[in-house]
Amino acid sequence: MKVRTLEQLGTLAEHLRTARDHKPCVRVCGGTGCRARGSEEVLARFQALLQEEGLAETVELKFTGCHGLCERGPLVSLAPQEIFYQSVEADDVRAIVTETLRRGVVIERLLAQDPATGRRVRREQELPFYRRQYRVVLRFNGVIDPTDIREYLALGGYRALGTVLTRMAPDEVIELIERSGLRGRGGAGFPTGKKWRLARAAPGAHKYVICNGDEGDPGAFMDRSVLEGNPHSVIEGMAIGAYAIGATHGIIYVREEYPLAIRTLEIALAQAREYGFLGEEIFGSAFSFDIEIVRGAGAFVAGEETALIAAVEGKVSEPRQRPPYPVHRGVWGHPTVINNVETWANVPIIIERGPEWFANLGTATSKGTKIFSLVGKVANTGLVEIPMGMTLRELIEEIGGGAPPPREIKAVQIGGPSGGCVPKALFDLPIDYESLTEAGAMMGSGGLIVMDDRTCMVDVARYFMDFLRDESCGKCLPCREGTHRMYELLTAICEGRATEADLELLEELAQVVKETSLCGLGQTAPNPVLTTIRYFRHEYEAHIRERRCPAGVCKALIRYVINPERCTGCLACLSPCPQGAIRGQLKQPHVIDQDRCIKCGICQEVCQFGAVEVV
Amino acid sequence: MQEVEAIIERYGAERRHVIAILQDIQAQFHYLPQEALREVAVRVGIPLIDLYSIATFYNCFSLVPRGEHVIRVCLGTACHLKGGTRLVEALERELGVPEGTMTSDGQFTFETVRCVGACALAPLVIIDGRYHPKMTQRKLTQVLARLRRIRPVAEVIR
Amino acid sequence: MTRLYINGIDVDLAEGTTLLEAAAHLGFEIPALCFHPGLSPYGACRLCVVELGDGRLVSACTYPVHEGLRVRTHSPRVQRARRMLIELLLSVCPSSKRIQDLAAEHQVERVRFSVRDERCILCGLCVRMCAEQMMAHAIGFVNRGYRRRITTPFDRPSEACRRCGGCLYICPVCELRCQGPEAPGVVCGSCATPAPTCPPIYEDLACYMGAAGACGTCVREPRPPARHMPDLTRRREGV
Repeated sequence: MKVRTLEQLGTLAEHLRTARDHKPCVRVCGGTGCRARGSEEVLARFQALLQEEGLAETVELKFTGCHGLCERGPLVSLAPQEIFYQSVEADDVRAIVTETLRRGVVIERLLAQDPATGRRVRREQELPFYRRQYRVVLRFNGVIDPTDIREYLALGGYRALGTVLTRMAPDEVIELIERSGLRGRGGAGFPTGKKWRLARAAPGAHKYVICNGDEGDPGAFMDRSVLEGNPHSVIEGMAIGAYAIGATHGIIYVREEYPLAIRTLEIALAQAREYGFLGEEIFGSAFSFDIEIVRGAGAFVAGEETALIAAVEGKVSEPRQRPPYPVHRGVWGHPTVINNVETWANVPIIIERGPEWFANLGTATSKGTKIFSLVGKVANTGLVEIPMGMTLRELIEEIGGGAPPPREIKAVQIGGPSGGCVPKALFDLPIDYESLTEAGAMMGSGGLIVMDDRTCMVDVARYFMDFLRDESCGKCLPCREGTHRMYELLTAICEGRATEADLELLEELAQVVKETSLCGLGQTAPNPVLTTIRYFRHEYEAHIRERRCPAGVCKALIRYVINPERCTGCLACLSPCPQGAIRGQLKQPHVIDQDRCIKCGICQEVCQFGAVEVV
Repeated sequence: MQEVEAIIERYGAERRHVIAILQDIQAQFHYLPQEALREVAVRVGIPLIDLYSIATFYNCFSLVPRGEHVIRVCLGTACHLKGGTRLVEALERELGVPEGTMTSDGQFTFETVRCVGACALAPLVIIDGRYHPKMTQRKLTQVLARLRRIRPVAEVIR
Repeated sequence: MTRLYINGIDVDLAEGTTLLEAAAHLGFEIPALCFHPGLSPYGACRLCVVELGDGRLVSACTYPVHEGLRVRTHSPRVQRARRMLIELLLSVCPSSKRIQDLAAEHQVERVRFSVRDERCILCGLCVRMCAEQMMAHAIGFVNRGYRRRITTPFDRPSEACRRCGGCLYICPVCELRCQGPEAPGVVCGSCATPAPTCPPIYEDLACYMGAAGACGTCVREPRPPARHMPDLTRRREGV
């Protein structure tokens, strides 16, 4: 049934709301993270038990998109009681049904714990992880079933599109987005309104809008969550953008490593067509628009816009120099607007609530909110959405919960392989585009990797360089050869074979790669190296001058030894050792034969007494 | 090849669909057979070398058959920090083959992948499409042992 | 016509002119290895980078002129960049006379990277020659990043290859071997230029890429495994 007018949409939404509002609801998180921990079994168990208990008609069961606190999955939340359960296993479901649903009894052991007080909290908003977030783009994640468009409609979905198509001219839409101050969320932060304006002005009958869902940054999964949890926000955003610039075709480019996101999008697109939000004469206007999905084939460089265009055209993802920019000459030579998933997802709500509302969030130059994937050596890992301008300290310590003692946080990597490391001393920096760039890092797509005292910054630089030399498309000399040579130099440093001259060469080479590379990958590839040298030069020097790895990571420079004072002689580490390098008798301290030890770390994994130490 | 023809029909014999066509061929055959590439080149009307470039450029394609069990170790940043490299080394030791190759008995193909977006569960290993969160070297040994005990049906019958 | 400023000199040029053409027009020579006027520009070697007014370095061969553009073709940053790029080139292709010449011209006197003698700089001229001029599409790029190389599909003798020799002709590094006094060295420092001995008997040999050097005329030291081509001489012998 196609929706043709705003009034029709309003009536439908009202009807859907009243039909659903009174039913109690169980929401099981179906994001990739929770599924990896068995949330599909949890869902199946709920289905079976609700049926068994005769509750299938009166209790709604939903499989939602990623709810963010992946560390504590599988997550189950109950409405309207507002009970938030974590680490739910299939065997816990019976108790939830019989105790909580039937009798209203809360199961304490499944509740989350406030890390500050140790108290069990019932509502997700009581947890610092959620309390301090400002969930705009993620507001429906964990609430709606992404495979049922009616849930999106019940909460006001597609009203923005209807308003735009029936009451606004394309130029008005662009002006509104410009006033909001929305900047591209993919990393560079280019003003979205400006990009749309350029595309609108570009001559050409066929124009395209593309959603960049490549999300190649290792450690980032914001876009995955949005696509899995609230795909319609992206579809609606793209339709609005297409109307604004005069495009009739849209493409969502999703990396093939996200099969669930692709499936969810396919369902969402089909439903959007069914309801008439995609296709001919949308909302009875002259505007026709549809979207196709193009799967990535596995290349980080495909996230770069000209490389992405090449992939869409059926070629290898080789970037080309700009100008001409995609807004003038994009896919198949037509004007194209490429925006990130999160950017598109922000558009409907900016239309709904107005640009002033959006511009009031954030800082003077960075408006709105940003989703970050907070991962690494921090207590609460997962997805968070915060207003721009929050400090790194607040994000890492209050939302993230800091590092579990005795570890201490040392730095945070922002912006993935294109970004840089920010040391603890700068954690009072506000999170916005300019501040981070000044510090040598980059907002990037939102990947935030927390590092502690057991992270070797030289090893981190080397890790990123290994990634980049592998992902470089290989077209231009400085990136292809330069990243490889930087990797060689970093390896030499990690293995204690380098000299001071090597460090100088590394810096010199990094500078040339940055300045001469053809595309953003090469131009930003040196950032991890340059920032770690800038803020952690002492670690580099320790490796070079003293052949020592202060964090105890670089294999060539460490040894595993058993502390005789902590070793209880339990023999547990002897047989797991792949080299048979540990000798010892029952109740006698064990000893590692250094000549045979390959430093795999299994003994440390196995030891329950913390007796294996790295020196 | 019939299946290849069907796949080409599904998308249309145009250059812009070649990557999707190759992905479906990869999914069907678990690798890209030479004959399939040649057929696509002819049907779509693009030089074979262009397809070969695409097949060797992107990570998801394999020009050699993959083993019965595909083990992918995630080496995203979070997974690396939490010991992903150790898992790779452990697999190289246990399977006796370097990363990116198949064991000689055809049982396992072991590769690395750069981030599947489940970073809170680092280090992650995906075995036959199933996600194994917070993997350790010990658990990996156990999983491999379990997989090895499952012999392919054809061998059992023989 | 657009007005731009190259090294401080103002000039009016037609739209669509590249900076490389613009500079040549004014007599400023910019080194460029992967560029050939008869083939599409590629912008891969980055030697032709020039400095724009906003501080960016861009490849001159692919950058179109526009109104008010300010360009410096030999600024200190550009020179530093070119020297490092040449140093990288020498580290992968030390025996090429063309690269040795560039090193001499740009005062590159040392190579601080470990040397891999690969005989190919992946400039792609041969690929574009084969595709655009000869319309054969017999060779192309394979793999990605530092594993990239140039070959035929499946590394097999190609049915599309017509043995025209265009690839060898256009190659900037395999055509001429350094014949200087210290040819085996990484940086020989002097560029003696005796005429290469290969061309007079080239037609009899029909040497095409894979067999480069097989006659022994153009190389003196034993060949390490070449990065680029399979040995196509096997096909000639009917294998």
